[in-house]
Amino acid sequence: MWKPPSFQGSKVPQQVPRLVIAIAAAVIALVVARSILVPDTFGELGHYRAAAIDAVVAREKSFAGQQECAMCHFPIMQARLEGNHRGVSCESCHGPAAAHVANPAETKPTIPDVREFCPRCHSYNMSRPTGFAQIDPVAHNPRVPCMQCHDPHAPVPPVTPEECSACHGQIASQKAVSHHAGLECTTCHVATDEHKMLPHRVRPSKPEDRSFCGGCHAEDSSSPGYIPRINLRMHNPRYLCWQCHYPHFPETS
Amino acid sequence: MMPEETRNSACSPKPEPDPDRREFLRKCGLAAPVLLGVIGVPLIAAQDSESDDYDATEHLYGMGVDISKCIGCSQCVAACKIENDVPSEPHFFNTWVERYIIEMDGEVQVDSPNGGMDGFPPTENGDVRRTFFVPKLCNQCDEPPCVQVCPVGATFKTQDGVILVDDDYCIGCRYCVQACPYGARWVHPEKHVAAKCTFCYHRLVEGLVPACVEVCPTGARIFGEVEKRATPLARFMRFNDIQVLKPQMNTKPKVYYANLDGEVR
Repeated sequence: MWKPPSFQGSKVPQQVPRLVIAIAAAVIALVVARSILVPDTFGELGHYRAAAIDAVVAREKSFAGQQECAMCHFPIMQARLEGNHRGVSCESCHGPAAAHVANPAETKPTIPDVREFCPRCHSYNMSRPTGFAQIDPVAHNPRVPCMQCHDPHAPVPPVTPEECSACHGQIASQKAVSHHAGLECTTCHVATDEHKMLPHRVRPSKPEDRSFCGGCHAEDSSSPGYIPRINLRMHNPRYLCWQCHYPHFPETS
Repeated sequence: MMPEETRNSACSPKPEPDPDRREFLRKCGLAAPVLLGVIGVPLIAAQDSESDDYDATEHLYGMGVDISKCIGCSQCVAACKIENDVPSEPHFFNTWVERYIIEMDGEVQVDSPNGGMDGFPPTENGDVRRTFFVPKLCNQCDEPPCVQVCPVGATFKTQDGVILVDDDYCIGCRYCVQACPYGARWVHPEKHVAAKCTFCYHRLVEGLVPACVEVCPTGARIFGEVEKRATPLARFMRFNDIQVLKPQMNTKPKVYYANLDGEVR
């Protein structure tokens, strides 16, 4: 006579089938929960959602890149590549231009023709690398827009005699923006080759008397007419010229 | 057609050509555009996707920074804020420029007012031994601590070595902000998710350089492939003594500094 199997009499302890059912339920719950909770592309490339990359890639760009600029503005690009701003990309000064590339007629990039813009790179700052072109925006031709003298696409640095400015850079840059900009250092100083070898022991010559300045500034001088004149005998005769006037940066009026 | 028709009319009692064959040719004619469409469109699509398909496994990106060329103009900081929609108020930066001032007595001063965007004020102390600018950004570490600590897998290293953040899954717990030894991470004040430099990943896949590299006027930032031989970065690393920030952290940064002073932390 067949009897339905009873757990009571069998070798399988009664808690085992219950445990099997409980574990199976837990595994199914885990699989279901994972399929619901774990995002679609998670684990495709690593422990992250691969679709997150697409979200980052989908970001709009604001800067077009200078290759885009060259498509239309090739001549000006070419001019820039030959000057000292050859490494400066268009959008460095003109701002983000992706919108302009997409719609050239309606959106225009900025033209930074204000005096405040250029000193962002070219104002004097002690921490800037030696040799980088720097000016003091307060003293350097105040209120004149930079572009009046410098072409931003092919800027030219002020020319000073390299030999002197190598050491006397501060004087050279000051003189370069003064009324005496056109004068060579050697107009007033005689620097022998020994001075370059032993700069502290062998000094260059300096003007010694008032008549030296008078060579250009005296009333009877044969210098060009725009140079200001004084009467050497009446004009504060007790002082030497450079006790009141700084020859590397003489007064403007 | 003419000889065929004459032959047909000669062989068959009917004067018209075989209607089955005519039907077949007609159907062929009708099917041609459909067939072409079925075969041709995927072909064209395949060509298209090939041209702008980006294979991340072929790249490994890094950046070089030449300290001796940085003029501290912070165009990079401004450009980054525009390109990546970084909030304009201070304290949120993907990249920023620090000024180091090392005084005669060895005292080191570091400042970065508004990341350098407002310029650097002149220093009062004239007793300076040396001074320079250091641009900083996420170092895109090869062993990124920020990825390791993320509890939800919301920040990760892509196959081309860039560390990105999954905006949809970041829970804003700030673990990564704590973990980053370079202070390169911040939490977006509106989205409440971690944010960081992505090397302008959306530009890289188009073959462009990051915005900060694009606008740097002195070429102080160099971008390129780390492992390939003929790239600007490879050249930069060949001709300069290269250091990374905090090498003792074993994070293996991929931002390489040339002419870096020993005082830079």
